[in-house]
Amino acid sequence: MSDLLIPFQYDYMLRAIWVSALIGGTCGFLSSFVTLKGWSLMGDALSHAVVPGVAIAFILGLPFAVGAFVAGLLAAATMAFIKAKSRIREDATIGIVFTSYFALGLVLISKFATNKDLKVILLGNILGIADPDILQVILISAVTLIVLGLKWKDLMLFCFDPNQARTLGLRAGVLHVTLLALLAATSVAALQAVGACLVVAMLVTPGATAYLLTDRFGKMLWLSSGMGVATSLVGAYASYYFNGATGGCIVTLQTLVFLAAFIFAPKHGILASKRRVRLSAERP
Amino acid sequence: MSSPVSDPCLDVEGVSVAYPNGHLALRDATFHLASGTICALVGVNGSGKSTLFKSIMGFVKPTAGSVTINGLPVREVLKQHLVAYVPQAEDVDWEFPVSVWDVAMMGRYGAMNFLRIPRAVDKAKVEESLRRVSMWEFKDRQIGELSGGQKKRVFLARALAQGGRVILLDEPFTGVDVKTEEAIIALLRELRSAGCIILVSTHNLGSVPEFCDQVVLINRTVLAYGATSRVFTEENLAAAFGGVLRQFHFEHSTVQEHDGRTIRVLTDDERPLIFGKDGHLEYKDRQEHEELLKQRSEEHE
Repeated sequence: MSDLLIPFQYDYMLRAIWVSALIGGTCGFLSSFVTLKGWSLMGDALSHAVVPGVAIAFILGLPFAVGAFVAGLLAAATMAFIKAKSRIREDATIGIVFTSYFALGLVLISKFATNKDLKVILLGNILGIADPDILQVILISAVTLIVLGLKWKDLMLFCFDPNQARTLGLRAGVLHVTLLALLAATSVAALQAVGACLVVAMLVTPGATAYLLTDRFGKMLWLSSGMGVATSLVGAYASYYFNGATGGCIVTLQTLVFLAAFIFAPKHGILASKRRVRLSAERP
Repeated sequence: MSSPVSDPCLDVEGVSVAYPNGHLALRDATFHLASGTICALVGVNGSGKSTLFKSIMGFVKPTAGSVTINGLPVREVLKQHLVAYVPQAEDVDWEFPVSVWDVAMMGRYGAMNFLRIPRAVDKAKVEESLRRVSMWEFKDRQIGELSGGQKKRVFLARALAQGGRVILLDEPFTGVDVKTEEAIIALLRELRSAGCIILVSTHNLGSVPEFCDQVVLINRTVLAYGATSRVFTEENLAAAFGGVLRQFHFEHSTVQEHDGRTIRVLTDDERPLIFGKDGHLEYKDRQEHEELLKQRSEEHE
């Protein structure tokens, strides 16, 4: 029994656990909007596109978040520009832009930094997170949670029916940019925990899972943030026993929860739909 | 009730819209609508119907001309939540996790505070609107679990809850059963009596003379607008549709004395548009139409 408590004896583990939980909750909250807006691919793109920003910030000695945020918004603007000015479809545009940014980031890192830094950016290193980075994560999470907490209804309307938002005089453009900016900022926070490669899981899986479990948006927000917090807590804790692969542990856990919902969800799971088919076949 | 808010007027004056790719979707479109009317917006696909809708809702900025409501530019009017919009069924994500109640409440967002926390008056408005379209008992249903007609009624309730005075409906009768169609038409007539301007975009020609007192015919510009009996004629429709319409002629030999001089026309979905001898429009619902004609001629005198 006391073996299971060992991780809690280490200061760095405790820190990793609560910082992960904070990041997981923030990403989980945002993931409801990302999945319903159909921005999953956009989330993947942004989380990779922030890498050159992180690299430049690293070289210049600036906070990662600043570089990442600028690079993320630049990438979003590049995608919007190419989409507006050419006949290329959106998915191809996203594919081209984010890989270009990501590749540039890799070149910059391998030229100006060490392989260890590269590994940290790609796979995350929450166990060794430094105090300034923790402060960044807290700031990003606080801003994201406050904005989403106050304006979730406007953002929900924007995701559901942007035209109605406009006819009510809400500024759809502002809502769009707000959601994008939060997405870019949150990718930076998640980068610390799970690395650039797995950020998209944190931004999509909790939302997708919650979507299978409820038909009400308010409930979905609680479920997805709760799932983000819980899987990150447990994942960070478990990573002590898995040689520190925190990102891998958190995302694997999220996948397991998703699979459980996919199969057993009371209304939208595959067992439930099988049951419905059987019932309607039995009915005369 | 003669305040400018309760008696809206809509003026579309010389509106042209060009898209960034150089496509001129609308050229010099002009029409005027006064309060208390149901007006059909009729034209083929790509004739600029949705562009016209978008410019009335302020989503696209005309490259020339202006859209004003009560003499104010659209952007100003939107802040007063006077323009309500009922989307086409295809434009809605029916799997979105919102209930009937949630959707109707969205109509109230403009009137609510910064946090969009519903007050008693918002809840009362939503309940009244849902009851008016007989959707109150479905208020907790997820919107994807409704029939086509019920889905349409939810969004109508949202427009009612919003209290819009200029109401735009995009294809309100597609996927809707006949009973709901009649219920919607009855509701639109009530709104007309209350002074609303109702603009209905439709390709369902047969229903137009049944419930629209005015028509705007468009094909990249406004070809004609005005009272249905005057504008909705074979010649004008031929101009608007340019040979796209299918025609069936019933001749002397078809109309037999032993059938009591009646013809039955069956169609699967859309109402057929029937013209009588000399191109007179045939109405099923004659009474209301004649009342309206009388009322309009009195207004003119």
